[in-house]
Amino acid sequence: MALEKITAVTGRAVCVPGNDIDTDRIIPARFMKCVTFDGLGEFLFYDARKKADGTDQVHPLNDPRLRGATILLSGANFGCGSSREHAPQAIQKHGFRAVVAESFAEIFFGNCTTLGIPCAAAARADIARLAAAVDADPALPVTLDVATGEIRFGGQSIRAEVRPAARDALVHGRWDAIGELLDGLPAAQVLAARTPYFAA
Amino acid sequence: MAKSLFEKVWAAHAVGTLANGQTQLLIGTHLIHEVTSPQAFGMLRDLGLKVAMPHRTFATVDHIVPTDQLVEPYRDPLAQAMMEELRRNCAESGITFFDRATGKQGIVHIVGPEQGITQPGTTIACGDSHTSTHGAFGAVAFGIGTTQIRDVLATQTMALGKLKVRRINVRGSLRPGVYAKDVILHIIRVLGVNGGTGYAYEYGGEVFDRFSMEERMTVCNMSIEGGARAGYVNPDQITFDYLRGRPYAPQGAAWDAAVERWRGFASDPGCPYDDVINIDAADIAPTVTWGINPGQGIAITDSIPDPARATAADERASIEEALAYMKLRPGAAIKGTRIDVAFIGSCTNGRLSDFREVARYVRGRRVAPGVKAIAVPGSQIVALQCEREGIDHVLRHAGFEWRAAGCSMCLAMNPDKLVGDQLCASSSNRNFKGRQGSPTGRTLLMSPLMVAAAAVTGSVADAREVFAVHS
Repeated sequence: MALEKITAVTGRAVCVPGNDIDTDRIIPARFMKCVTFDGLGEFLFYDARKKADGTDQVHPLNDPRLRGATILLSGANFGCGSSREHAPQAIQKHGFRAVVAESFAEIFFGNCTTLGIPCAAAARADIARLAAAVDADPALPVTLDVATGEIRFGGQSIRAEVRPAARDALVHGRWDAIGELLDGLPAAQVLAARTPYFAA
Repeated sequence: MAKSLFEKVWAAHAVGTLANGQTQLLIGTHLIHEVTSPQAFGMLRDLGLKVAMPHRTFATVDHIVPTDQLVEPYRDPLAQAMMEELRRNCAESGITFFDRATGKQGIVHIVGPEQGITQPGTTIACGDSHTSTHGAFGAVAFGIGTTQIRDVLATQTMALGKLKVRRINVRGSLRPGVYAKDVILHIIRVLGVNGGTGYAYEYGGEVFDRFSMEERMTVCNMSIEGGARAGYVNPDQITFDYLRGRPYAPQGAAWDAAVERWRGFASDPGCPYDDVINIDAADIAPTVTWGINPGQGIAITDSIPDPARATAADERASIEEALAYMKLRPGAAIKGTRIDVAFIGSCTNGRLSDFREVARYVRGRRVAPGVKAIAVPGSQIVALQCEREGIDHVLRHAGFEWRAAGCSMCLAMNPDKLVGDQLCASSSNRNFKGRQGSPTGRTLLMSPLMVAAAAVTGSVADAREVFAVHS
């Protein structure tokens, strides 16, 4: 399978501040009653974006100046909690192509990489600087260079690294492992035959 | 060289190395449920792939099942559709499905051990972050996303980078009224909700040596709440005694060979770890969360943190955010906080020993007026055993609703939900904003007996005082 080589993501950015933003917050469980991932984008950060009556409340994703952003900025331990792939699916279907945060929860990071969404870790002060620049000029073009591990915006540059295994997978177009795993299936079958578990 | 269980299990299941340096790891046992698997089967169909080793995948239904309705169709058509989709996928692929009609249905992390499917020295994956539960048996068990479920269905393998191993020793003896739930809430509080990122946690020390399998499961279950993708306890005689005779456990001569093999997976004495943490069991108190992540916990005798006293700006902001959501007063005692709902159940604390312990103390007591109390067994087998022992009767008599098996109010993908800003004393695993189904609902995590104490007094209470727990 030929996959896109994700070497860089360029677009506008939006910051959803906070640490420990969990996947229940990214997409509440009640929106997971579905058998496909279609349409999940509209439920991204739903409870933070909407009032009880379903109308919008103040939230970066409701800010018309920031609409259409493709790079999501946040704090530490982003994506903690549930393993639900519905969370990165909602992020992707909302239009985001990359996430930049201080750090990421493990399962979320893996789920994003498998969908071709680079998760780049940056220092808090650098994210704050980028967020301030975006706040001053929401139309500011921002480029996450996955290959070199930097973000460029308005003549500035900050470090934003994707962990090496994920970075290599993204830039070489191998972020969806299924092709390689299928190549290894015969070897897996041999190993599985030597590794019986069950009585039944 | 001396090796940890994690190293040995990893080596025994490594198929090869992928181009990006990750390992193609054989997943010996795959567990699926209705929420995260349907899209994976859809992806298989789109790619024209089949399930490679269907006898290594087992299914059950847990998140969406109503606990007060057994007859289909369910009132919620979306829940019914998910149920039917799982049934169809399992039938088409030849996957064993512990459906409600089998009498073996329940929360996936309770069903696997109960059936003897969860075994030492194995690799296990499931599209559910609480898959770490299975580590209690000395398995290396990972929560995975849906695309990875596709990978496991199609190849029985997945791509994974190796984890580091942190040994966590809990030394000495727990004080009376302190439970496995308090141990893991304490560990998360000490190490932080992201302290385990990049690690598997190996739990040991005298407390774990003495723990029953159900207690070990409670701790391993919440490893992910500390950021650790996997958590495990080395297999020992307690593990083998639990597994002997279970439906999928080896029988006869194969049993002895299996035990021999399983023993060999335990970490070698003196093996190196990437990190070691020591915790004194006597320092662990009955613990209650006050905030919006499982690391925001305090001893029942403590006061709610005051952001004004926070040492770092970050900590201050996180306390302020949590207290604003929880509507709790900084500096006030957590004890005495009025509750609206009491929930006993979930993959963390929905097992037989949890209900036995609660029944032992609530016998003859009454749920406080105005409190909605529900007890939800984690599986049909747990329910049946409770009913045989009269536990359901004791709980009902005390004013609890006794429900059918499922995830229930842990995550509210079913009719069991908080309403408005209700405050729930809960034996579940997550106190995230909106977790229990209402965008403003509030959750306090604690042990089942602490939930019972809150239920009978109507407010957060010290179970040791309420029930005179001395031993």
